[in-house]
Amino acid sequence: MLKSLKSYDDLVSMRKSYDKKHKQDLVKVSICMTGCRALGAEEVYDEFRKQVKKQKLQDKVEVIETGCQGLCARAPVMTIDPPGVFYGRVTVDIVPDIISSTVLKGEVINKLCYAAAGKKIPYLKDIPFYSKQKKIVLRNCGIVDPKNIEQYIARKGYTAFAKALFDLEPEGIIKEITKSGLRGRGGAGFPTGLKWEFCRKAKGDIKYLICNADEGDPGAFMDRAVLEGDPHAVIEGMLIAARAIGSEKGFIYVRAEYPIAVEHLKNAIAQARKLNLLGNNILGSGFNFDLEIKMGAGAFVCGEETALIASIEGKRGMPRPRPPFPANSGLWGKPTNINNVETLANIPTIISEGSEWYKQLGTKNGTGTKIFALAGKVKNTGLVEVPMGTTLREIIFDIGGGIPGRREFKAAQMGGPSGGCVPAEHLDLPIDYETVKEVGAIMGSGGLIVMDSDTSMVDISRYFMEFVQEESCGKCVPCRVGTKKMLDILTRITEGNGCRSDIEDLKEMADVTKTASLCGLGQTAPNPVLSTIRYFMNEYEDLLK
Amino acid sequence: MKTIDTHDIDLRPVSKIVSEYGSGQDSNLIAILQQTQDEYGYLPKQALKEVSRLMDVPLTRIFGIVTFYSQFTLVPRGRHAIKICTGTACHVKGVNEVKQKVKDQLNVVEGETTADYQFTLETVACIGTCFLAPVMMVDDRYYGKLTTDTVTDIVDGYSDDNT
Repeated sequence: MLKSLKSYDDLVSMRKSYDKKHKQDLVKVSICMTGCRALGAEEVYDEFRKQVKKQKLQDKVEVIETGCQGLCARAPVMTIDPPGVFYGRVTVDIVPDIISSTVLKGEVINKLCYAAAGKKIPYLKDIPFYSKQKKIVLRNCGIVDPKNIEQYIARKGYTAFAKALFDLEPEGIIKEITKSGLRGRGGAGFPTGLKWEFCRKAKGDIKYLICNADEGDPGAFMDRAVLEGDPHAVIEGMLIAARAIGSEKGFIYVRAEYPIAVEHLKNAIAQARKLNLLGNNILGSGFNFDLEIKMGAGAFVCGEETALIASIEGKRGMPRPRPPFPANSGLWGKPTNINNVETLANIPTIISEGSEWYKQLGTKNGTGTKIFALAGKVKNTGLVEVPMGTTLREIIFDIGGGIPGRREFKAAQMGGPSGGCVPAEHLDLPIDYETVKEVGAIMGSGGLIVMDSDTSMVDISRYFMEFVQEESCGKCVPCRVGTKKMLDILTRITEGNGCRSDIEDLKEMADVTKTASLCGLGQTAPNPVLSTIRYFMNEYEDLLK
Repeated sequence: MKTIDTHDIDLRPVSKIVSEYGSGQDSNLIAILQQTQDEYGYLPKQALKEVSRLMDVPLTRIFGIVTFYSQFTLVPRGRHAIKICTGTACHVKGVNEVKQKVKDQLNVVEGETTADYQFTLETVACIGTCFLAPVMMVDDRYYGKLTTDTVTDIVDGYSDDNT
């Protein structure tokens, strides 16, 4: 039973009583029940519960359903601690063996272990995929049960918010976030503290806070993982932001294509309300804030701020010219602050550990960490959180395990349809917002698709153009017509019917579309074309012959 | 494509959905339409007219919303929704061949429903399970690491004779 928390002391005593209730000497079996569901995690989980009950092991074992543990390539995955082993490709029939040997005796089952270069690596801490990461945003993901607020609180959840509420003034919170150097993780990389300050200073009786969870870039799934695996981190980030800008009402705009994320969010909001962490007079402080979920209906352009606002208002999700910026005139004409999921999930750690600590991670132009969704032609597909400034080589080869088969790395596509490709010659580039831009890609939301020698870069360029052409809302001419014309040319080239002048035409249309489009979708749509022309002109030429 | 006569549909669920959200709140239009579609499986014209009447919002505006968002459909869908992911990871791992195989098997193109209303074939830009690429969903179930061989059996498993 969750009881309303009336003060900061109530929160602390709830945490302490959870620790007391849960014996430390239990063997924790953590099973990913989000992404891994696709490969039978639910059946494995049910079998575990059944066996624990049958063998009367409730006093020895705790079976936890968690969010994403990162190494999706080995799905369904689990960790058993102690002894701290990581198992992948677990099947129902092997569950009794896992209980009798690993859970009860601490013995390792070799065939379930991660292997690299022919060597089995049983313990999670030794697997390079994990040991080279730095988890701040994903600190609870894969460890806590996302449906249980008590576990979040037990790991010092909501204490950063309590600090922001009782020890800091709104200006102090904003100052701390500004000093931390945190930049928006949704793609554009705008300084978060500055954005909050604009909204704080904007005149208005009502202010709104929106969490942008309309993760639409094909190949990006970090927001999905955070919402599914640690929804309270996002809610806590929103509470801190709300206190900073002076908002009492928030919205989470989430894709309808993410049913598990919606389910976990709804549950998390209900639990937070029960504990009076959402609602009126939160923790007896006099501060009010509540949240509502708004479901998207399948439109990529709604990731753009003004289009997202139109969609929440119940309209066609079409962008409008800025200024006025949402900070001054946003949702229903009121000052509105919009932050991405990953940005908000960074906030609690910055407040609790301090901006000085946070700034030590990363580079000058990009502090902290960044989550990458590693997919495509790479061995360890999954979610990776690394400090900014990590090189692509470290991400793809050390953490990602390299390219499967005997093929060669060709390029990594960063930033989805708004980004570009980074070829092998830039593998040692330390990644932050500015360096990536210099080589013609963008950080974007963090989708990282690895291409090998089998991938045609012209085809990829056509693929992204087809995507943006379909998703262009049609409001402004440069984007509506420009993407269509570029797609026509690219299709012609891939079919072998291109001519020499096509490349010049492409460049010219790319230039116009970039310059004259109304919103980010059109302004960045030509990037994949330009970057593939820049690095892989030979592939275009081969098709033109 | 066959059309279904929609004159005699029961409109009571629409009034119930609208009253749950409150008829004065235009901002709930998308949510109301989503629930209406859940109820009927698609958005029948009669239901849209009823939403328009109850909310006092012009039908043209509702039509504008319905045609803007890809989630909405104005025609009935099949019993099973096949959603093939065409995200970047799936693309580079050869989803196009898989998609073609399904199209040939069901004799439909993207967005169409089979003549017996068993299947509707859709594509989705990314369902965020790139590690399973190429991947598709049938109703709420994921099927990953598809090949042109496995996909046929999966679809067969859902056809009427086998369910």
